[in-house]
Amino acid sequence: MSVDQGKGERSRRDVLASAAILTLAAAWPARAAGRRHVVVIDKMAFGAPPSDVKVGDTITWTNRDIVRHTATERSGAFDLDLPPGASASAVMSRAGVVPYYCRYHPVMRGEISVGV
Amino acid sequence: MFKCLLVVGALALAPLSAAQAQSHPQASAPAAQPSDPQIAHIAYTAGQLDIEAADQALAKSTNAEVRAFAETMKRDHAAVNEQAMALVKKLNVTPEANATSTALTEAAARERERLSGLSGMAFDKAYIDNEVAFHRTVNEALRGTLIPGARNAELKALLERGLALFQEHQAHAEQLARHVR
Repeated sequence: MSVDQGKGERSRRDVLASAAILTLAAAWPARAAGRRHVVVIDKMAFGAPPSDVKVGDTITWTNRDIVRHTATERSGAFDLDLPPGASASAVMSRAGVVPYYCRYHPVMRGEISVGV
Repeated sequence: MFKCLLVVGALALAPLSAAQAQSHPQASAPAAQPSDPQIAHIAYTAGQLDIEAADQALAKSTNAEVRAFAETMKRDHAAVNEQAMALVKKLNVTPEANATSTALTEAAARERERLSGLSGMAFDKAYIDNEVAFHRTVNEALRGTLIPGARNAELKALLERGLALFQEHQAHAEQLARHVR
């Protein structure tokens, strides 16, 4: 019984400790990330991908072409409509390589490397 | 089918050379290049013809990919032609009809007539194949004749922007041509 209870207390402590770590982990990217990056679209091409992008950062696409574009993530994480001269943004919510393209001009492709 | 494409390509290209030789038969200036008003007319005409081809596709096709492509052709060529109209107005230039724009128009009319007799997948394939051939022809003309020949810097810049766009259209059409068969 007492052993069980002790186990229970340990588990509770472990849970609390884990929760504290998780809270710190959650707070950490919020401090380190949250920066803004810009990708310019011009002459039917997405500009060079920004470097040092982290989860929680915002990417803004700006369309300098005279035709309408989109920035559409392959798995549907974001799908931004970009009329000529317009800008639109998406927050990078997961780490990894984020491939995207223009729905109207599928030959136009880009990707962003998102770190934790 | 392939023969048809070759004919369209040849028809559209041959008058380009003819226009180069004949654009100013009496002028003492070098006769090799079309003038800016002629270049503007060729570029504008090519855009309008592709919009008309897209209208035909939207009236006849039920293929989602083909329809989406046609919608993009309409939207993009309308946007470029709107810029072209604004530019010629600003420069106070009147686009001038010429042998090349006439030949493009005639070839497109023949193609539209041929496509009107097709339906279903046969139409989709013919439309996309023609889009590949048409953009290839126009891009070759832009690269080889129209951009090097344009004297006005703003016209040249708009043609260069057009070339980047139409190269994407050509690649997109080539990609579709591999699906739609």
